[in-house]
Amino acid sequence: METELTSIALEAKHQELGAKMVPFAGYLMPLQYTSVVQEHKTVREGVGIFDVSHMGEFILRGPKALDLIQKISSNDATKLNIGSAQYSCMPNDKGGVVDDLIIYKLDDQEYLLVVNASNIDKDWNWIKSHNTDNVEMIDRSNEMSLFAVQGPLASQVLQKLTKVTLADIPYYTFVMGEIAGIQDVIISATGYTGAGGFELYVPNSGAEQLWDAILETGKEDNIQPIGLGARDTLRLEMGFCLYGNDIDDTTSPLEAGLGWITKFTKPFINSEALQKQKAEGITKRLVGFEMIEKGIPRAGYTIYNENDELIGKVTSGSQSPILEKGIGLGYVTVSHAKADSTIFIEIRNKRIKAVVKKTPFIKK
Amino acid sequence: MNIPEELKYSKDHEWIRIENNIAHIGITDFAQGELGDIVYVELESLDEELNEGEVMGSIEAVKTVSDIFMPISGTVIEVNEELESNPEMVNSDPYTNGWLAKIEISNPDEIDALLNADGYKKLIGAE
Repeated sequence: METELTSIALEAKHQELGAKMVPFAGYLMPLQYTSVVQEHKTVREGVGIFDVSHMGEFILRGPKALDLIQKISSNDATKLNIGSAQYSCMPNDKGGVVDDLIIYKLDDQEYLLVVNASNIDKDWNWIKSHNTDNVEMIDRSNEMSLFAVQGPLASQVLQKLTKVTLADIPYYTFVMGEIAGIQDVIISATGYTGAGGFELYVPNSGAEQLWDAILETGKEDNIQPIGLGARDTLRLEMGFCLYGNDIDDTTSPLEAGLGWITKFTKPFINSEALQKQKAEGITKRLVGFEMIEKGIPRAGYTIYNENDELIGKVTSGSQSPILEKGIGLGYVTVSHAKADSTIFIEIRNKRIKAVVKKTPFIKK
Repeated sequence: MNIPEELKYSKDHEWIRIENNIAHIGITDFAQGELGDIVYVELESLDEELNEGEVMGSIEAVKTVSDIFMPISGTVIEVNEELESNPEMVNSDPYTNGWLAKIEISNPDEIDALLNADGYKKLIGAE
């Protein structure tokens, strides 16, 4: 299959830094610079910077913007104050999920929606098709860069570059301010690693200056650039869903464990059907599991119970660099979804013992 | 990229060093780099007689799993047991401490079909 790759602003910079570049969601992205395990540990123990500029950014603006967001998303966006953010998902009308996203309230009538790179076109068209009140929609995806500075030392590094008091930005809130001499950067206390830190939304024109300043200033704290490989193992250790693996157009948000962002206090697309599903009870559920015996689960592997009956499928899996054992996410029948349930993962024709675990796998 | 001149290579990115009738095998520097951090090496074919191209084990890296193929027909007479506790040696020393297995060659004619260092360089585009 031939696909045209879009370039992120700093593609050449990553190549200079020695990154192994791979096509991902239509962009050429850094997979790793040194090694996944080494980069993973750097983020857990120190600080790393990710270029995740492939992510999509839409602005929704106007008096009806909130109404549109309420209609398309499962979480309750009326709870958002200016300067706060919310994890949410967009259910489709067939029981599945169009995408998961973060919604930022920039102003009373202005919101930023951050969506997965692989879904930019699909999400845009989906939202547009429900935009019956002429809410202004702007796609900023190819004009904005996004850097995630993550790890216990992230705040310490970034504080040297800005007058904004970072300690005053609670989790899932943000400040628009100056950092490294660049104006109007969204400094957001969010991330996909569970290691703490910030995500910085910056216009492409300021991307290189910001990236260079962070790497330079972070030297004394041994900051390193981190690729998508470690991003995936970091999010998996936290049990965070990855769209395309753990959730997709066919998975119910309730089965995916996203009940906490599915608020039936307001109507939204497919809310009636989901409410019915909640009342009747789900039959399978996304769970985290840890290997008891040696083996690494991978997406697509099948899951069995102690009687050799097929009870589910792995959707994400890897070696955990911190626990040094195989961990995964997968859907299993609810009878085996409770923590401590014994399950078996089929790895190359052998059933290997695993145990269902509450996520995150890594406790802080 | 380290591609020692004195070794033979397979299209499946294994190196082969032949001493008498014994093939010492491992994976190449290129292969370990592509796999990334190796966490398990599974070699359960000890004492088995297998044909060239048959699966003799697997390598689990953090991000991916890959089969290990017999680069030459024969009997697996020894596997590197050190890899049980130190699988990362395949990353750090693919040609020495990170060797995988020794095979007693059953069909020496197959040796001619293996690549030399130049042929392998061509295969991976590392000329």
